[in-house]
Amino acid sequence: MSRGRLKVYLGYAAGVGKTYRMLEEAQELRRQGVDIVIGYFEPHGRRETIAKTEGLDVIPRRTIAYGGSTFEEMDTAAILRRKPQVAIVDEFAHTNVPGSERVKRWEDVHVLLDAGIDVLTTMNIQHLESLNDQVHHITGIRVRETIPDWVVDEADELVFVDLTPRALRNRLERGVVYAPEKAQRAMDNFFTESNLSALREMAMRHTAHEVEEKLTVVPGAGVDATGAPLNAEPPPRHERILVCLTGRPSSAILIRRGKRVADYLHADCLAIHVSGGHAAFGDDREAVERHMRFARNLRIETHLVEAHDVPMAITDFARERGVTQIFMGRSERQPWYKPFRETVVQRIVRRARDMQVTIVAERRR
Amino acid sequence: MSIPPDRRPDPEELLRKVQAGERRERRGRLKVFLGYASRVGKSFRMFDEGRRRKMRGQDVVVGAVQAAVEPDIQEILSRFEIIPPIVERYAGRTYEVMDLSALFRRHPSVCLIDGLAYDNPPGSRNPHRWQDVDELLDRGIAVITAVNLQHIAEKQDEVERITGKRAANSVPEAFLAGADEIEVVDAPPDALMGRPGDSSITDARRLAELREMALLLAADVVEEQLQDYLESHGVAARWGAQERILVCLTPRSSARPMLESGYRNALRFHGALLAAYVEQASLGEADRKSLESNLELARELGAEVHCLHGDDFVTAILEFALEQRVTQLFLGHTGRDRRLWRLGRDPIERLIDAAESFDVRLFPHREGA
Repeated sequence: MSRGRLKVYLGYAAGVGKTYRMLEEAQELRRQGVDIVIGYFEPHGRRETIAKTEGLDVIPRRTIAYGGSTFEEMDTAAILRRKPQVAIVDEFAHTNVPGSERVKRWEDVHVLLDAGIDVLTTMNIQHLESLNDQVHHITGIRVRETIPDWVVDEADELVFVDLTPRALRNRLERGVVYAPEKAQRAMDNFFTESNLSALREMAMRHTAHEVEEKLTVVPGAGVDATGAPLNAEPPPRHERILVCLTGRPSSAILIRRGKRVADYLHADCLAIHVSGGHAAFGDDREAVERHMRFARNLRIETHLVEAHDVPMAITDFARERGVTQIFMGRSERQPWYKPFRETVVQRIVRRARDMQVTIVAERRR
Repeated sequence: MSIPPDRRPDPEELLRKVQAGERRERRGRLKVFLGYASRVGKSFRMFDEGRRRKMRGQDVVVGAVQAAVEPDIQEILSRFEIIPPIVERYAGRTYEVMDLSALFRRHPSVCLIDGLAYDNPPGSRNPHRWQDVDELLDRGIAVITAVNLQHIAEKQDEVERITGKRAANSVPEAFLAGADEIEVVDAPPDALMGRPGDSSITDARRLAELREMALLLAADVVEEQLQDYLESHGVAARWGAQERILVCLTPRSSARPMLESGYRNALRFHGALLAAYVEQASLGEADRKSLESNLELARELGAEVHCLHGDDFVTAILEFALEQRVTQLFLGHTGRDRRLWRLGRDPIERLIDAAESFDVRLFPHREGA
């Protein structure tokens, strides 16, 4: 059985019409006689959108009790039993309520795809993991529900659903997107003209990037274990990026940025943490393990090295693995009583004479 | 050598902006639907928007329709008042020229114009339809129109390279960039290939290339408009959605690897490549020559080259990087021994310390390389 095809409708904010476009296509498929069901649909009380579900078979949601309340989630098992050709699954970035079988909706979607069911789904650009810091920097909002980039890269089709910010704000004003009070708050905060424009531009650029990535792949050639196309054009000089992780919170920024640059440059991406150095310098075990897990979720190969001399261990590892670029965070300032001591960054820069070293900005607001 | 950018607001420039703002207020709004090929559905979206506006009580008329109309559009068209075009014959060809005087007399609040790229016959009031549109806007009539990528003048060479064809009629990119709103009509290429009608482009690969071009064109227009918006609202934009790479050049830096890497990064990210150097008063002949050749290479690679002034290298670079919304800064270092980091206030370290909004990428280079 062949894997189902995944089509993602990408927007830049709630209310641009992703779900509407998706349902329009669903209706078209139904007219053509395709067996299509609604696996999950979030009506948000929008009349025009709800009207587009007419005549489509709906798989009832399942109810999950959690913390004294009940929640409704997509019933993946029921969809599998029903086994349609195509399933509509709204809100790709959704996180399931604890107690659900899988943590993320995109994992449920993978189960459907594995069963040979085609899936149409929706998401916004701000849900893309690698853009999380940039989105925070621009809008001041830290998006919690994210999707690893590779999940979106693997989609067979990505469609950009456009609406101009002005038209979107008109919709908000007319109460089409949210209830009036919520709409006003939204317009004052997230849905400002400049935020919307920046997010929209990101969505356009990302769609263009995905289109270009697909151009470098011959159809039907498949992907390797890391999800990279098997026959992608080799880069002129093979680049390899090494991300240096610590327990410091900024490591998450480092991971996202390193992976994003690696993806655009078609470079390999590795991550390393050297433990056994100074416990005071962010060698918090639990935090390190969390960052390593996060990196692996983004399909970065992680390495844990025990050594006293952190800069030496990093540069030795990098040289051994043919790394061309080291990504690291800014070093902590040296304490006042030893101002002449070199920082980790300084020592790595000095030792890694055959590599480039990138110090990643934290992009605080 | 490039002219150093002047940071002070120019009074003439300010006046022009104010006047442009006033003109814009009186003018009708222009909205353009941009498609990457025929049949992506941009005419449908345009008329659909007209239909919705009419439902909301706006006075909408149709000023121009395309020669061949699909059934779904025919159905929508029947709901509108259509201002008939003037049919003219010239050199054996039939032209449908928009009836501007009739439109001025009718003076709707919104005019729908399908096919923005259309040349009027010689002797018409305006040679091009986009100029007719300009007149409607000047009279306070809002226009909603649609255009395909192959008709954008500045993109025609590239489109021809991809498709082997060149459209006869075109619209300047500046007209598109000056629109109040531009909306992309996107669809995966295979959705187009099965459709009847225009079978000129059936190759998925070519369609994908056009699609990417249209998305990037729209992104560039949005970027430009966003920066204008921020500027006019007095917001110092310290960010953008585009990658912007700044290569710092000095006489002694090994510029080639930095510039080549910058070029490749800018290409992959579809970002901007900038190169800057800080003017130094006393440069020896050898240094002067070496700097010149670095700048030459930067220009060859398509970098926008800037000469900065200031007593302090770090301050000059930092100010420029922030102003230009740089996301990656490329810098060479010799870093042979720790004396370079002496007293902890070495320029590189100061830059790293101050770099809140951009990454600093350090390139090793050998002395004398």
